[in-house]
Amino acid sequence: MFTNPQYGIFVLISATLLTSVVALLVAVPLGLMAAIFLSEYASRQVRGWLKPILEILAGVPTVVFGYFALLAVTPILRLFVPGLQTFNGLSAGLILGFAILPTIASLSEDAIYAVPQSLRQGAYALGATKRETITNVVLRAGLSGIVASIILGVARAVGETMIVTLAAGQNPTLTLDPRVPIATMTAFMVQVSGGDVAVGTIKYKSLFAVGMTLFLITLVLNIFSFWFVRRFQEKYE
Amino acid sequence: MQTNSPAVGTGTAFYVDNTDYYYGSFQAVRDVTLDIPERKITAFIGPSGCGKSTVLRCFNRLNDLIPSAHIKGRITYRGVDIYDKGVDPIDLRRNIGMVFQKPNPFPKSIYENIAFGARINGYKGDMDELVERSLRAAAIWDEVKDKLKESGLSISGGQQQRLCIARAIAIEPQVLLMDEPCSALDPISTRSVEELMQELKERYTIIIVTHNMQQATRVSDMTAFFNAEPTEKGGKQGYLVEYAPTQTIFNSPQMEATQDYVSGRFG
Amino acid sequence: MTTADSSKDLNQISDSASGFDSNLAGRYQQDKIFRIAALIATLAGLVVLGFLVFDILVDGLGRLLQNFPSFINSFPSRSADRAGVLSALVGSILLLIITALAAFPLGVGTGIFLQEFGGDSWFSKFVEVNIGNLAAVPSIIYGLLGLTVFVDLLFNVTGGRSVVSAGLTLALLILPVIIVATREAMKAVPDSLRLAGFALGSTRWQVIWEHVLPLALPGILTGTILALSRAIGETAPLIVIGAATFVPFLPTNLKDSFTALPIQIFNWTSRPQAAFHANAAAAIIVLMVLLLTMNAGAIFLRNKFQSER
Repeated sequence: MFTNPQYGIFVLISATLLTSVVALLVAVPLGLMAAIFLSEYASRQVRGWLKPILEILAGVPTVVFGYFALLAVTPILRLFVPGLQTFNGLSAGLILGFAILPTIASLSEDAIYAVPQSLRQGAYALGATKRETITNVVLRAGLSGIVASIILGVARAVGETMIVTLAAGQNPTLTLDPRVPIATMTAFMVQVSGGDVAVGTIKYKSLFAVGMTLFLITLVLNIFSFWFVRRFQEKYE
Repeated sequence: MQTNSPAVGTGTAFYVDNTDYYYGSFQAVRDVTLDIPERKITAFIGPSGCGKSTVLRCFNRLNDLIPSAHIKGRITYRGVDIYDKGVDPIDLRRNIGMVFQKPNPFPKSIYENIAFGARINGYKGDMDELVERSLRAAAIWDEVKDKLKESGLSISGGQQQRLCIARAIAIEPQVLLMDEPCSALDPISTRSVEELMQELKERYTIIIVTHNMQQATRVSDMTAFFNAEPTEKGGKQGYLVEYAPTQTIFNSPQMEATQDYVSGRFG
Repeated sequence: MTTADSSKDLNQISDSASGFDSNLAGRYQQDKIFRIAALIATLAGLVVLGFLVFDILVDGLGRLLQNFPSFINSFPSRSADRAGVLSALVGSILLLIITALAAFPLGVGTGIFLQEFGGDSWFSKFVEVNIGNLAAVPSIIYGLLGLTVFVDLLFNVTGGRSVVSAGLTLALLILPVIIVATREAMKAVPDSLRLAGFALGSTRWQVIWEHVLPLALPGILTGTILALSRAIGETAPLIVIGAATFVPFLPTNLKDSFTALPIQIFNWTSRPQAAFHANAAAAIIVLMVLLLTMNAGAIFLRNKFQSER
């Protein structure tokens, strides 16, 4: 499997890419819109109710999401998606998206909430509607925090393990077809670890090679996030 | 640029008829009756907490953004009740521009700061031309013409405030509301904004809130003096003491409180 | 408030609007669509959460109640019907204790150091940036770290793939969270209190120990409990450390091999038989009850804290 010299780690990276992209397609728009709703539209009471519920969603152990993706979501999706197999990137990615949604929503909301009221008033005073104020001024002003939240979401999607292991499978395949079993980097690490790896064997070493790659990816994402926030953070008095 | 008929230009812009201003059940300002002349500068002065900003923010219904804020009474602009249900606040604000206490340029380029208001309001003309014209009218064109693509936050505070004035006049309003526009500026920037106001009053009705009495005497034609008194519940309630030509307010006011305030005895 | 009316009224007062076509009706329509979209996005997360809870209750509640209390006090078995979560539950609670004992003093100590003594030195900045970074590091990487340090290097101390190795690994995982919570809680203590202590001639340590910490403690505890509840739901690092999936005994010392609820859930979920899936759902309910209890404790502490202030 992994030792197939033809593909090497790229099989795993492509699978991680696939599930992460699906997850971000869910989590970025929903998380951002939820952040906008909580910060700009919801009354104080509604916000007081919704935020703790989102925190509960954030606190659900990922193995539980994995169970849910494999045994509840996939069977339902199979009714609509022809050719969807028991293990697939689509279902894993979708639920992975909901797992990281609270991260993006909560941190984006902090960024949006921190935009000074004076900027909103400036836009309203020009005859802007609420949506125009939000999309043209507020989101732009909170951009550095929003991007930081999305990058953290990407890092979590790339490093998440149990949802993709349970729902996407452990079958290294070089494909971008979201309907078939694949093995992400993290799923590979679980698979190797589960087999009681002996120290010093090739398998043991490959575990660390994949882990190091994963770590470097999240490190690069982090550094980019720091750089972006520094570069684009607006200083308001 | 505008061809306002002189007949309109010499009349009354706003008429505030016996109006009270509330936040929830709290009456913040009571009994305001005023008529604001067109194409003149009217100054609102008074100690802090007297409600002059509250009164100002009702002329473009910006106080609508605070859910509990409302008025009792009647404010008309050119004879139209601006709180009538047929009047749309968004459309009203297009016609009644506003400049704020602290410069609040958008985190966009200088060009986009000007173009934003025009674009959302469906400006049909040439945008480049509008941007240049607005920046020229705000006397800042020469300073920024070579860096239109740079952030509106990259220029000095005084320049930012003139950028905000340019932004406000880009959508061709008839009125400019200015809420202590120079309070965050140094004396030199303040002077340039004051000079600009003298030019702008040729075409716009201007209402300025200021805590600086010298500024009121320098720039305004009419002055309204607001005062505050403690309420039973411990808050402060504002009321209009006196409204007259600026000369009168500062040289021979009718009310003792006005005399005390303009001579610096309190406030 | 019809837009037709408003445009008529405003034409009355607008004499300079010739260059503009405000299209208010269209813009209000966009506003409405945007607001509804934002609402739907917010509800989507809640709907998924609701469906998840419903699905797990439907799948697992029957098994849990039907085999109660044998599901709680039985060991795993090859027969789904007779299997229970005893060793997993005990393992999780043991991990909780080890993790708390390791992470709490270390995390609080580091937090105090950074907040009260760190100042603006390059060292504290370096530590801070690293702590920020660690939050984004995947938990499975912590598993690898634990595998190297606790399982391999400290084999003689930990006994290898043991419950103490796992507990220490989880402690590393939540350390940054506890440090941040400690700093936040200490920041919230007013400076006037510190100054008052110094004015009475107390030393720095006395001020921290007698005045600052007691006030910050509820906040620190809340943060710690929330971090622990995250640790207790973690699966991936335990798998890498080498948690066993079939443990028909209770650990008698810290060097024993172990399993935990998430591991048991993972194992049962991965099996093809539906009967084991019901077991997994029932174990999820047990895990969720454990987590909810911990969270309720944290909320209780937070509320108590807030009402005292």
